[in-house]
Amino acid sequence: MKYYDKLIFELSCEGRCGYTLPDADWAQTSDSIPDGLKRSAAPGLPQVSEPEVVRHYTNLSDMNFGVDTGFYPLGSCTMKYNPKINEEIAGMPGFKGIHPLQPRSTVRGVMKLYGDLSSALCAITGMAGFTLNPFAGAHGELTGLMIMRRYHICRGDMKRTRVIVPDSAHGTNPASAAVCGLDVVQVNSLPDGTIDVDHLKTLLDDTVAGIMMTNPNTLGLFETRIEEIADLVHGCGGLLYYDGANMNPLLGVVRPGDMGFDIMHLNLHKTFSTPHGGGGPGAGPVGVAEHLLPYLPLPRIDGEKPDECAGRVSGFMGNFGVLMKAYAYILMLGRQNIRMAGPLATLNANYIKESLKDCYRLPIDKVCKHEFVFDGLADKSTGVTTLDVAKRLLDYGFHAPTVYFPLLFHQSIMIEPTETESRETLDAFIEVMRKIAEEAAADPDMVRSAPHNTSVRRPDETAAARHPVLKYRDLA
Amino acid sequence: MAFAYFPHTPDDIRRMLQRSGVSSIDDLYSDVPEKFRFRQEYDLPDAMSEMEVRRYFEELDRADTRLTVFCGAGAYDHYTPSAVGYIVSRSEFLTAYTPYQAEISQGTLRYIFEFQSMMCELTGLDCANASMYDGATSAAEVLLMCVASSKKRKKVLVSSTLLPNVIDVVRTYASYHGVESGTVAAIDGVTSRDSLEAMLAAGDVAGVLVPGINRYGIIEDLSGFADAAHSAGALLAVYSDPSSLAVLKTPGEWGADIACGDAQSLGIPLSFGGPYVGFLACRKDLMRKLPGRIVGATADMDGKRSFVLTLQAREQHIRREKATSNICSNQSLMALFVTVYLSLMGPDGLKKVNDLSYGGAHYLHDRLLATGKFSEVFDRPFLKEFVLNTSLDPEKLQQALLDAGFFAALVTEEGYVSFCVTERRTREEIDAMLDVIRLLG
Repeated sequence: MKYYDKLIFELSCEGRCGYTLPDADWAQTSDSIPDGLKRSAAPGLPQVSEPEVVRHYTNLSDMNFGVDTGFYPLGSCTMKYNPKINEEIAGMPGFKGIHPLQPRSTVRGVMKLYGDLSSALCAITGMAGFTLNPFAGAHGELTGLMIMRRYHICRGDMKRTRVIVPDSAHGTNPASAAVCGLDVVQVNSLPDGTIDVDHLKTLLDDTVAGIMMTNPNTLGLFETRIEEIADLVHGCGGLLYYDGANMNPLLGVVRPGDMGFDIMHLNLHKTFSTPHGGGGPGAGPVGVAEHLLPYLPLPRIDGEKPDECAGRVSGFMGNFGVLMKAYAYILMLGRQNIRMAGPLATLNANYIKESLKDCYRLPIDKVCKHEFVFDGLADKSTGVTTLDVAKRLLDYGFHAPTVYFPLLFHQSIMIEPTETESRETLDAFIEVMRKIAEEAAADPDMVRSAPHNTSVRRPDETAAARHPVLKYRDLA
Repeated sequence: MAFAYFPHTPDDIRRMLQRSGVSSIDDLYSDVPEKFRFRQEYDLPDAMSEMEVRRYFEELDRADTRLTVFCGAGAYDHYTPSAVGYIVSRSEFLTAYTPYQAEISQGTLRYIFEFQSMMCELTGLDCANASMYDGATSAAEVLLMCVASSKKRKKVLVSSTLLPNVIDVVRTYASYHGVESGTVAAIDGVTSRDSLEAMLAAGDVAGVLVPGINRYGIIEDLSGFADAAHSAGALLAVYSDPSSLAVLKTPGEWGADIACGDAQSLGIPLSFGGPYVGFLACRKDLMRKLPGRIVGATADMDGKRSFVLTLQAREQHIRREKATSNICSNQSLMALFVTVYLSLMGPDGLKKVNDLSYGGAHYLHDRLLATGKFSEVFDRPFLKEFVLNTSLDPEKLQQALLDAGFFAALVTEEGYVSFCVTERRTREEIDAMLDVIRLLG
């Protein structure tokens, strides 16, 4: 990757511009605003011509790696291919011009999409209804937990303020619970990574609002005792929340609603192929079972405002542009292709796991779902860490897996290939992973100083945090 | 049957199953209790081809009414220069994940750094984060940030002149978080400083949120607000329209500690409310209380200038329930959108957008009054948005304009009618709408 070192501010030249606007023939300009309400000097925005702007951002894009660039086996992130028709549809000018407060009589097409997409998500998950308003997975978790709390509060059950979260959960689970004003209680995992049901039993009482579960969990393992867990939690008056971050392997095979979950979110930017955009926009629709329908937040697809509703969590009705892309993908999948989505993701993960478990340590040797976790190299004598392996992968043109998560192992390497990758791609990845294991033995220093071929090499994160430089003006 | 996005041939599947040590696809799920296997037909449409999918969406598009927008209320119809969409659609930006691997994410990290820098320029504050979901959730996070900074105080105040949906979201977050949210009264269309000072007197308020431009379109004079808040030990946050900050006094100049809002007004299409992008900026001493991603500058092993995600000890993946926020994915691509927009517009272009909006809005305002069917509610300075009283039935007025192809005269909670004019509206469009209004009786 070539290194390009400019910031847009460094291309600025007084008097240049990159815009065209019609000439004003209005009687007044913003100069008429009273001086006491105006800023003292113009903002220090860059002054750059359009060709320079386009070239600058094209150069920046050359230092990036996307799904279209190459294989992206980032665990728990479900980096599947993003179909191009989705982008065209979301870019249709009619949809872009719709104001969010337009009366529903003028947005019949938009509302049909909200209805059709939520029905499809119900069919896929076995839930009874959805809100499409949450903007991302964590926002969906928060919304779902608000529904959970509101349910207990509306029943006069005020003391249910604890939520049970497995120690292997995504960090957003406990963080969302804290924002929602719930106390987090951690339930332990067994050595095989699944929930310790005996420990769970000791935590259950009438202060438990519910449990947050990821199934398959962050080790890629199906919680086989889910029925028992659901009975226990429901038996004590709690609700079950399903973290949809790991929904992909269940697509076409299992519906969370059938396993007893009362509330769930989906990450449309994972399971339903909308692009991640370098960290958003995503969409985190929340589904609920029948008895929780009145608790869905405002504004609602049905236009109702029940007293029980959980409140308002978004300015308008979510990331509409993202919702369109996800529904386009669901239409392409249809009732037929969805059957193979989860199974092929699972097949791809198992294929990589079985092909590498002789040279990487596999702490739990079972059939996995969409992802699995190695605990570093099998040969622990080389001093080569998971971070080194990840950085060396970049040299070979692959994105690194998720590293050092889950926290259950010291050297976690979490690999999720998704169903859109071919056997040839997986073989190439496997070959490189094996080669890196060989390099670690033969020339550990070379691996420890990787990457060697990227635009920058191991930027100093400690210095960045110790002396934060967060804007252009603060650069020395 | 082959499917365009799944590359597996029957032979691939056979060979891969063999390597995986299982005899069939079904066996990959042998750990799932049979009662939870979904064996029925999914209640979904038959798989469609691209052509059929396109037709579905074209039909949706036809079912929507095309309208000329004269309405704001938190979503503004500003123009998007062509180069913005072109850059944002580059797959290297579009199909990347959060920039965890800095070595192959310098593109994303650099534009976030530029975005943070631009938000600081607009707000007059020291540091900004990588983006929030939208304006309303940025406001909610600001008040949680105020509570966290104060340690002991569990009360926040919001001005009643903020946009209604912003107040609702703040109240929702506050109520679950165990934070009391009080409402500062308005007098003559603006936040009452007297009311605020009275509510601050008890010394139990962590933060105050007031608008730069309020729900009536009025530019609020925030003189003395920062002193009032600070002398009571509270932080002051200003909810701003960042487009207007090319000309209006900045939150920093008003003495605010925090600024937030929705950067949709920086050229992002209306798109029925999303994706937009929230922003959040603050004074340096609050930096470690910021929610979400932050990018910082550093050097790599060879001394090259590099950018990384930084101050991560605030975030959910490290701190779990002790994090400053639960936010993970934000609206990164929309932050790029805004960054490219501001790079093209520069200070002069953004000023001109405000000039054209101001000119058009005041033209419409004066012509509406001249029809004799409208009267002033508040005679106060506004930029591109304003409310009036009308002698017409407000609901009928809005419907008559919809029938004529205009989304305008949005009826507020108070029964006023609201109008907004951006640089996209031409004199011809405004005159055509006025012609419709003149005929109403």
